[in-house]
Amino acid sequence: MNFTHAVRDVFDRPVRRLASAGQPALAGAISVENLTKTYGNAVAIRDVSLAIGSGQFVTLLGPSGSGKTTVLMSIAGFVSPTAGEIRLNGEPINHLPPDRREFGMVFQGYALFPHLTVAQNVAFPLRVRHRPRTEIEDSVRRALEMVQLERFADRLPRQLSGGQQQRAALARALVFEPSVVLLDEPLSALDKNLRHDLQAELKDLHSRVGLTFIYVTHDQQEALAMSDEIAILSEGRLVQMGTPETLYERPATRFVAGFLGQSNFISGTVEQARRDAFAYRAGATLLSQSGGPQQRDGDSVTVTIRPEKIRILTEAETADNRLESRIASFSYHGGHYHLQVDVEHVGRIVLDAPTWRREAPSIGQSITIGWDEDASVVVAS
Amino acid sequence: MSALQDAASPGYLDRAPSQLRRRRFQLGDNAAFYVLIAPATVLLLTFYLYPLLQVFWISFTEPKPGFGNYALLLSPSVTRVALTTLRICVITTVITVVLAYLVAYCWVHAGPRAQRVMLLGIILPLWVSALVRAFAWITLLRRDGLINSALAGAGLIDAPLPLLWNEFGVVVGLVHYMLPYGILPLAASLRSIDGSLMLAARGLGATRGQTFSMVYLPLSIPGIVASAILVFIFSLGFYITPALLGGGRSMMITEYISIQIIEVLRWGLGTTLAVTLVMIIALLLAVVSRVLDLRKLFGAK
Ligand SMILES: Nc1ncnc2c1ncn2[C@@H]1O[C@H](COP(=O)(O)OP(=O)(O)OP(=O)(O)O)[C@@H](O)[C@H]1O
Ligand SMILES: [Mg+2]
Repeated sequence: MNFTHAVRDVFDRPVRRLASAGQPALAGAISVENLTKTYGNAVAIRDVSLAIGSGQFVTLLGPSGSGKTTVLMSIAGFVSPTAGEIRLNGEPINHLPPDRREFGMVFQGYALFPHLTVAQNVAFPLRVRHRPRTEIEDSVRRALEMVQLERFADRLPRQLSGGQQQRAALARALVFEPSVVLLDEPLSALDKNLRHDLQAELKDLHSRVGLTFIYVTHDQQEALAMSDEIAILSEGRLVQMGTPETLYERPATRFVAGFLGQSNFISGTVEQARRDAFAYRAGATLLSQSGGPQQRDGDSVTVTIRPEKIRILTEAETADNRLESRIASFSYHGGHYHLQVDVEHVGRIVLDAPTWRREAPSIGQSITIGWDEDASVVVAS
Repeated sequence: MSALQDAASPGYLDRAPSQLRRRRFQLGDNAAFYVLIAPATVLLLTFYLYPLLQVFWISFTEPKPGFGNYALLLSPSVTRVALTTLRICVITTVITVVLAYLVAYCWVHAGPRAQRVMLLGIILPLWVSALVRAFAWITLLRRDGLINSALAGAGLIDAPLPLLWNEFGVVVGLVHYMLPYGILPLAASLRSIDGSLMLAARGLGATRGQTFSMVYLPLSIPGIVASAILVFIFSLGFYITPALLGGGRSMMITEYISIQIIEVLRWGLGTTLAVTLVMIIALLLAVVSRVLDLRKLFGAK
């Protein structure tokens, strides 16, 4: 039986009830303005500004120590910012303690209460709000149904698998119908397959309940697969925010290009700058690049190109940029070959070849590679 | 056992390649193993188990063989002492655990430097003899002691308060003595509570008070139980402090035993009471260890 389908079927009913039972569409727009947090001399985050629309799935992505948790915990109210403002639907909430912000939270490691059963854990947010007993029972049952844990209601957290604990934590965060849910690396403790399943479930759940999700991860694949928008942090600063497609296709900086997937970087000097394109010289090689009215002759530029955008060319095929190269190494990945080739003046280039037309590649083999001028992007270095 | 032998044997370090050689080594090691633990075993048997067995023996044979001594356990004088002991121990335990909880809580949540200072404050009293501490309390609590003369000097009381030679004095001395034993297991337990659970509670809408009563307190129950057991058992068998601060009036079981043996020479009754006390404590530990993992409670790994 197909697991995901079974989940979808069960998700269908209760979630709709959850949504219709709630008040008219709960607004959950968060804006973070010039947020700074310092610990003594150490700066955890500096001047971070984010606008998160109601119902969005926004991911904070960045390497370890980049300040993701600090941003999330500032929004949650556990970290008091050194400077900057946090607003919920336009209202400043800096002064509110965490328990008055009414956000659902899923912590890294889940933080399920070990002395309470799954049902009691899920009931916790309702009990502290003094909801009537019958309402609590009802909501808990619906929340558990939503994450398919009805059968485990009376178990203690330690009697659950990692994935089940994760779902229990999710049910607990959603049960009181918050307008915003904050999740700090909720899947990082799980093995890869389970992660995959739960990513899909989580995304599905998000689109059904229509709440604002602010999600922290350092896994770029996860961020790309799940988010409406991704905010990339590096060393406490927001580097770029945008849809996964924008960030992947049009990275603003070398850091973003390198962090989100693999990338080649070519540095050169601008020549023949025109209104909508220019050429740049790397050693003796002249390459063309579209875009960039801001480029002037003599400027130095860095251009980035994704491995899968580089083609292997036959005699007959054309491309704006055509380069002779020699295979330095290759590996087979089922769907494609991953090649490392050396190009004179330009250096080492990596590319993915989806199919290999003739015989298998061999080390030392000469091939022609190429790409069009709009396949690569200029980045700030 | 075999792991212990392995670890103790030199063969464990330079694993002999041939089975035969290893076997021969082990035989020799076994002997060495028993020789090594023999002194401690002999010591325990002669100075601990043997006297205990003798006490047990006397309780059934003095002044004449049989259960006569044990029948005396229900006599009014013994039951009165037993009830006094029980009352004092329960009161001491409750007060000690409450105070210990406050101290342990502050200790565990203090900064690293403050923690070091507090640790010193907590274990320092352990190095001062119970005798010295009892006399210190006498100086403070007696009719013309520091407290009474201070209160009288301030005009707050006309007659000195009866602070000593009664249950109050005993409880004060006992609580003071027991506090470190109450604090240490509690602190160990509080320290093991995962701090992110409290954040989670706040994040899910619980106030500070709710977080404490619904999450922190329930999670510290094992520590409270450990601390209470330890304090209760220690105070059941404690002698010096109650004897000195009680002044013979609110007599506890240990003092009663000592009087039977040293003063009125009813060895039979004295040993019977001692055996009963040991039994009760053993029973208490047995019952509790069925419910809780004692080794873990007291910090063993
Ligand atoms: N309480 C603190 N005291 C001092 N420095 C801190 C504190 N909390 C965070 N920092 C520092 O702030 C920076 C950002 O930390 P943060 O936890 O937000 O990173 P992160 O992006 O969540 O990293 P990770 O992926 O490892 O969880 C780090 O350099 C960290 O050392
Ligand atoms: Mg983090």
